[in-house]
Amino acid sequence: MKHFRILSATLFATLLFASCSSDDDTPEPVNEEEVITTMTVTLTPEGGGTAILLQSRDLDGDGPNAPTITVSGSLTAGSSYNGTIVLLNETETPAENITLEVEEENTEHQFFYTSSGSLNITTEYSNFDDDGNPLGTQFKLNTGDASNGTFTVTLRHEPNKPNTGLGDAGGETDIEATFNVTIE
Amino acid sequence: MRTYALLILLCSGIVAFSQNCNNTLSGTVTDIHDNTPLVGATLVVAQTEQAVQTDFDGKFEFKNLCNARYSIQVSHPNCLTRGFTITVNGNTEKHFQLEHHLEELNQVTVEGKAHKAKTKTLYENTISKEKLESYSSETLGDALKSLSGVSSLNTGNTVVKPLVNGLHSSRVVIINNGVRMEDQEWGAEHAPNVDVNAMGNLTLIKGAGALQYSGDAVGGVIVADAAKIPIKDSLYGKTIFSAASNGRGTVLTSQLTKSYLNGWYGSVQGTLKRFGDFEAPDYVLSNTGTFERNASLHFGLNKINYGFEAYYSYFKNNIGILRASHLGGAQDQIRAINSDTPLIINDFTYALIAPKQDVTHHLARLKIFKKVQGLGKVSLQYDFQENNRLEYDIRRGDDKFKPSLDLQLDTHTVMVDLDSEISNSFGLKTGLMGRYQKNYADPTTGVRRLIPDYEKYDVGAYLIGDYTISDNLVAEAGARFDYTFMDVYKFYRTSFWESRNYDQLFPDIVVSELDNQILTNPQLNFYNASATAGINYEFGKDYNLMLNYSLASRAPNPSELFSEGLHHSAARIELGDLRFKSEIGHKITLSLQKEGEKFNFALSPFINSISDFIVIEPTSIQQTVRGNFQVWEYRQTQAQLLGFDFDASYAFAPNFRFNHQFSMVKGYDRTQDEPLISLPPVDTKNELVYQNPKLNNIRLALESEYVFRQNEYPNTNFNVYIPATETTETLDVSTPPDAYHLLNFNSSIDFKATTNSTLTVGLGITNILNTEYRNYLNRLRYYADDLGRNFLLTLKLNY
Repeated sequence: MKHFRILSATLFATLLFASCSSDDDTPEPVNEEEVITTMTVTLTPEGGGTAILLQSRDLDGDGPNAPTITVSGSLTAGSSYNGTIVLLNETETPAENITLEVEEENTEHQFFYTSSGSLNITTEYSNFDDDGNPLGTQFKLNTGDASNGTFTVTLRHEPNKPNTGLGDAGGETDIEATFNVTIE
Repeated sequence: MRTYALLILLCSGIVAFSQNCNNTLSGTVTDIHDNTPLVGATLVVAQTEQAVQTDFDGKFEFKNLCNARYSIQVSHPNCLTRGFTITVNGNTEKHFQLEHHLEELNQVTVEGKAHKAKTKTLYENTISKEKLESYSSETLGDALKSLSGVSSLNTGNTVVKPLVNGLHSSRVVIINNGVRMEDQEWGAEHAPNVDVNAMGNLTLIKGAGALQYSGDAVGGVIVADAAKIPIKDSLYGKTIFSAASNGRGTVLTSQLTKSYLNGWYGSVQGTLKRFGDFEAPDYVLSNTGTFERNASLHFGLNKINYGFEAYYSYFKNNIGILRASHLGGAQDQIRAINSDTPLIINDFTYALIAPKQDVTHHLARLKIFKKVQGLGKVSLQYDFQENNRLEYDIRRGDDKFKPSLDLQLDTHTVMVDLDSEISNSFGLKTGLMGRYQKNYADPTTGVRRLIPDYEKYDVGAYLIGDYTISDNLVAEAGARFDYTFMDVYKFYRTSFWESRNYDQLFPDIVVSELDNQILTNPQLNFYNASATAGINYEFGKDYNLMLNYSLASRAPNPSELFSEGLHHSAARIELGDLRFKSEIGHKITLSLQKEGEKFNFALSPFINSISDFIVIEPTSIQQTVRGNFQVWEYRQTQAQLLGFDFDASYAFAPNFRFNHQFSMVKGYDRTQDEPLISLPPVDTKNELVYQNPKLNNIRLALESEYVFRQNEYPNTNFNVYIPATETTETLDVSTPPDAYHLLNFNSSIDFKATTNSTLTVGLGITNILNTEYRNYLNRLRYYADDLGRNFLLTLKLNY
């Protein structure tokens, strides 16, 4: 019977210990550090003038609200623009600039620019990664004749580098935003 | 039914030639299965009407017997009574053995014995130790899959979740050494944290009838137990080493057991399993390796009438998830599905990168029991489990090596059970259970909690009675009630909270509002009743008919209630619902069984109607900055599953046997009038076995497995716009893959290593023809073929 006494004592001690260990504090919120809520593409005319902003903003991240797409104006036919891309995480205050992280891990990232056939646009990369392959947080955009269509910016994580475009880049899509663009 | 017992003559004493009738007859009565002494067995000498009972060590003694032949009747409350004829010549010693069968039928779990039968009116499939050993290098799910009616829901080939008659996860309860596993079983990509090598046997009950364990096993109950340890002085063990070509892996598992006649025993066991990338017929499945380390310790005292048992097990597993399955959104999914080969194929390696899982499970159990005269066997059990799950995703920047998910689930359970025999024909089992569970999601992951912090309290009580109406008819009925209270702290995205109208429905549970999140404190109550009733009728020479009805009620799990956000491993957004009620299943099972020497079979049709069945399926597409994602929402519906399992075995020639299995299950959503998603296709296995005990117990087996195409499935395809090509393409996530046929070979042969040890050498080949195939129930089927050919060499030393 001695066994039982020892065992029961152990058992209740364990239970007592276990039931005391719970704490009633409310949990702390998690601020998602990696979420990209906002992508802003700034197109500055080479000769100077008003920059055109293309923005995709989704403040609830993966939540039910769709991103808000805004295009600040039309592009001018036969012009050249310097493009820069800024990625923000606006769930944090102040907003975190994710572009810096992408530029830091430049060999693991690449932006791609695609446009629908009807839109007379050509693009070229202006910045490159440490291996000399395109990165694309900066680029050059040239417009042709007046037209309209869509312009899509895609960021791929861990793509095959070098590649010939989205078709053989592989990797995972980190961002994808499509803008309706008019050239006048 | 085997009604004969063996009489073993150990001593034929020719000691004295006395004509006096003053000889002594002494000896022991033991269990024929494991030589456990039988306490309280009654021996009656027919001629003299002398009667004695065996003592605690199973010993007896008769005095004043003449040199003559006597008829002795040996009986025991839990054994079949047998008559023996013996010759007394001087002082004689005899050892009697009884078939200790009835005790195993009647008394469940109380002594940690082999669980011969957990219910009386549900057909139970068991996997023996020998069969389990052949799955040494695989998982619990793989071993269970060898049973008819069991398939598996896989994430690759190392995360294998058992599917019983079409149901899985929270609907299949796993009992590991008397402890209900609480290892976050809700996730489809969470495999059971049980080491297949630590188990002595596995039993599957395809229904909720085993109410002593739980009332919410809508699908079924799997009972895994460590090997039974005999009450005798012995020291034994086994070591198994296996090496497999596919995955270039090895497994080493060892077990050592020491037991004493006075009831004390102890056993230690450990497993090391390491595999690198597995291979499909044509390519390496990159990042699919696994590294598993397990250990268990088991000790106790078994004095038949009282004793205790302590068990501890440690399970740790690192599992790689196919690298090519980590996707950014619907547009990536289209690329992956349209490609014949995985998008990422690297050279073979043992190293694991993200995505991967790192799971640790501790399980400790302490149990004491005592037989109380006039009351029955009382047992008290306390168990503790700690499950820590880390999931790593592909991340950026400083978070690269941080887990995306870090959950710790602690569970404490106390149970009191009473197993009494009111009369010879009426047995009653009752019990109470109390459980406390706490989930903690570490916020330092920097990713919103997939499962919120919660505390859960369960209280349960059950009563099961069985009544032997006549020699061949047993009836069983039981009921169980469970109360569950959940105290949850959950952060909702404000946009989701409002889109679901929760701000109107549950304004009272809001604790605080942050920028774009709301902290809530849902407090949920669930009252669940479950019941079972059935009969077991034996007829003919060896036929058996069982009919069982089980009512099971299951409270929704945290994943079903609280999911809200992107699930990276599935590239989809999963949404739960706070308003869910308990799911209630009604299952009727009929089993016709024949257990003959030459021919046996079991046919088990079933029908399972489930109200408020919780199903997750795609409902829409959601746009995010990251691209488009498929939204999978949980909803409740009226479901019905029906099907049958058929097993047959025929020894058509000496040493030859033919085994057959056929399983079919169909499931429908009766509300929406469409098939249920992810149900196993029809499958059949046929096996030809040659086994010759006289020739080193050589065993050669050739198995064919044919898996049909699943023809009934809901169409959940959707359209995605691809900017790169300016096209809208259909993402086909629902069409099941084609039927396939696999051939497997298995062989083993025994050698006597020393006088006390046996070496068994086994050679197996799975997927002999290196067939390319994809399985409908493998979540990675969209991206890669299943496993190619594998050679497996196994060395087992029993000592």
